[in-house]
This record gives sequence, C-alpha cells and structure tokens, in this order.
Amino acid sequence: MCLAIPAKIVELDGARAVVEVGGLTREASTVLLPEAAVGDYVLIHAGFAISRVDEREARETIRLFEAMAGGDEAGE
Amino acid sequence: MTMPLPFLDEFRHADHTAALLETLRERQGRPLKIMEVCGTHTMAISRHGIRQALPEDIELISGPGCPVCVTANADIDTFIEMALLPRLTAATFGDMLRVPGTRTGLAEARSRGADVRIVYSPLDALELARADRSRQVVFFGVGFETTAPTIAATIARARDEGIDNFLVYSAHKLVPPALEALCEVPGLAVDAFLCPGHVSAIIGPAAYEPIAARGLPCVISGFEPADILQSLIMLARQADAERAEVEVQYGRGVRPEGNPTALSLMDTVFTVADGEWRGLGKIPASTLAIGDEFAAHDAARRFAVDVSYSREPEGCICGEILTGLKNPRQCGRFRRSCTPDHPVGPCMVSSEGTCAAYFQYES
Ligand code: SF4
Repeated sequence: MCLAIPAKIVELDGARAVVEVGGLTREASTVLLPEAAVGDYVLIHAGFAISRVDEREARETIRLFEAMAGGDEAGE
Repeated sequence: MTMPLPFLDEFRHADHTAALLETLRERQGRPLKIMEVCGTHTMAISRHGIRQALPEDIELISGPGCPVCVTANADIDTFIEMALLPRLTAATFGDMLRVPGTRTGLAEARSRGADVRIVYSPLDALELARADRSRQVVFFGVGFETTAPTIAATIARARDEGIDNFLVYSAHKLVPPALEALCEVPGLAVDAFLCPGHVSAIIGPAAYEPIAARGLPCVISGFEPADILQSLIMLARQADAERAEVEVQYGRGVRPEGNPTALSLMDTVFTVADGEWRGLGKIPASTLAIGDEFAAHDAARRFAVDVSYSREPEGCICGEILTGLKNPRQCGRFRRSCTPDHPVGPCMVSSEGTCAAYFQYES
C-alpha cells in the first residue's frame, strides 16, 4: 500500500498535473510537492506526487552498487 | 511505450543482482537477522526469490509494514458497521474489500446492500461526496506516513470547498513508534532494519535516529532487486563494523529533510494519538486522529457504532507474523483453511501481506 509509481509530469496547471506512466497518462495532484515542474520524474502514491525522483542520485546509487558488486571498496 | 525512467533497467539487471549476491556470500561476519519493515519490500523480496538466494548467515524476516494487516479488528469492524448505516457510502482502497472482520467483511456488506466503493485515490472519494450531497461519504483512512498526507490534503480540500458530507475514519499509523515497540518484543532479536522507502520519502532519515541509537543499523531502501541487495550489504557492513547509523540507499526518492509540505499538512489536519496495532498491541503516540479543527470531517466523532464483539480470527497468527516472531509456514491454517480465495486473516488478503506473499511466491 506504500507502493509509489515513478511517472513523468507532462502537463501542470496549478496543482493538477497530467503524468505519464509507461505510455499511459493520468491525473495527479502536486499539492504535496509544490516544487514539481513539467518534465520532472515524480513518485505517485494514491493520486498524489509525493517525491521527486532525482536522476543524479539514481546514477550515484548505480555507481555505488557497481563498485560493491565488483568487490571494490571505493564505493564506500 | 516509453520507459518511465531511463535508468530503471540498471536496478533490475540480473548481472548486478548476481554480483551483489556474491558480495553478500563472501562476507565473513556474525549471522544477521534483518527485518524488512515494509510490505512492498516483502512482496519484492518474495517475488524475486531474494530470501532463498541469500547466504545462510543472513536471515530476512518480515515485519509490520502492511497497513491493512496491522489495522486492529476493532477498526475494521467499525468501518464495516459504518458501511451498513443508511444513506452512507463507504469508500476504501481495494485491499480492504476482502479483509474479514469479526462478523462480516466489506464484500459481504456490499452484497447485503451497503454502498461500498473502491477508490484509487482519496480524491476520488471526495468527488463521490461532491457528486451526491445527500449521502455521507466515509473514507477508510488506512496507511502509514506515505498515505496519511494524501488523506490530510483531501480533508483540507473538503473543508476549503465546504464539502461537509466527506468524512474520514482515521486508522493511520506511524512507522517509527512501531519499530521502537518491536525493539521491546521479547524473543525477537532483530539485528538491523531495512527501512521503508516511501514512508521515508515523507518522514526523512532522521526519524529513525532513535532506532539507530539503540544500536540497530537502519538503511532506507528502494524496491528493485539491486536496491534491496545493496541495502543489505550496507546493513551488513554497519553491523560488521559495529556501527549503527541511518543510511539512505534510496537517495533518488528520499531527501534528507523528507517532504516538509506533506509533514506540515499532516500536522495541521491530524493529531498524534495512542493506538492499537494488530500483533503489537497498544503503542503510545503511534496513530493519527483527526484534529479538532477538522472535527466536522471525522467519522469517528459523527457515527457511534458498537463493536464490542470485535475479536481476532481464531487460529490466525497474523499478530506473531507481523512482529516477525513466526513466518506463515508456522501457521496451522496456512494453505489449508486459509488461502487468498478464503482468507482467514488480513495477512492473506492484502497485496502486501506476508501470508499472501509466501503463498504466491514462497510455498
Ligand atoms: S495463514 Fe491465514 S490464518 Fe494463518 S496467520 Fe496467515 S492470515 Fe492468519
């Protein structure tokens, strides 16, 4: 029930957003995430954007686990 | 089809998962018992076979992270009784429909004429109230900190727009007090917590500091296989170095400050109260009640129903499963008299329930 789906904001009018998930669009509210902007990836839960998906952080995480998987302690 | 996220594949890549598992297998340290707190993690772990793939010295046990499952039968019975009241529409997330109450369930109540609606968002319930002002629409507020702000936002909107036939029965629960309560459960020696990603997107990592201060490593994890394995490595490294800190593996979804807008809205609409959890009993300051300012939208204040008959299902050990003391295979009813088609307890119904996860993927 705490499932949240990553989606891309394609339209924004006040706090009403249209988001795209896997090629489908649906409406979502951004009242809980006023800083959200068109083009952002956000996590959608129960019809609300609850967090922005940070692409830079995602790449950093990938870098870290690649280091871990290589047995490379530089990832620490 | 566009990919929702350009880099998501990386987190699912089998090569990565295999290599991360290998890192865990090469680890030399004391055996660890790690609790995955969140039901979404339980499902992901079961679906990807992570529990079985782990080396023997790392045991993953499931915790109290399925909101429907930890909801006390008294709350479930209360909502079902409300659904049976005249001129009332009961709205809920889909998971709740088949959860058995003491006497009856919502699906049965519906077949007896109750108006029970499944909604995807609390905003859909608000629209039901707006569309027919002659009916009281009661939404069953079940969920943790991920969900509570969405319901707070909906209550605030109902008040701002004067939709006074929209009410909420609030049974929301808070995760950190439950973890503290788990630390006190006799016979449950958890070494570390795999912490929920989306709850943490709201509350932020600092909320787990009291748990780390008890000497228990905490890592906030994402939900893909590589996320979970990386988090387990981080937890093992903490334990092996005798450190206990809060670390964030799920940095792409969790900010250091959490979500301040959501937190302040929750704070405006709800007040923290003591609450009853299935399995864990009464936990101080662990539930959210609707605050006085929003009393007009509080179903608990508006409708008095008698659920003194409420009790837990017979022979169901959901309580012990939610506290990590037992796993579903240790329940005499598992797969025999209790299946997803004929669930006895909530843990077999919910899409995040531990019994449902084990039934589907681990038996
Ligand atoms: S298998 Fe069924 S009866 Fe047993 S604990 Fe799970 S839900 Fe309860």
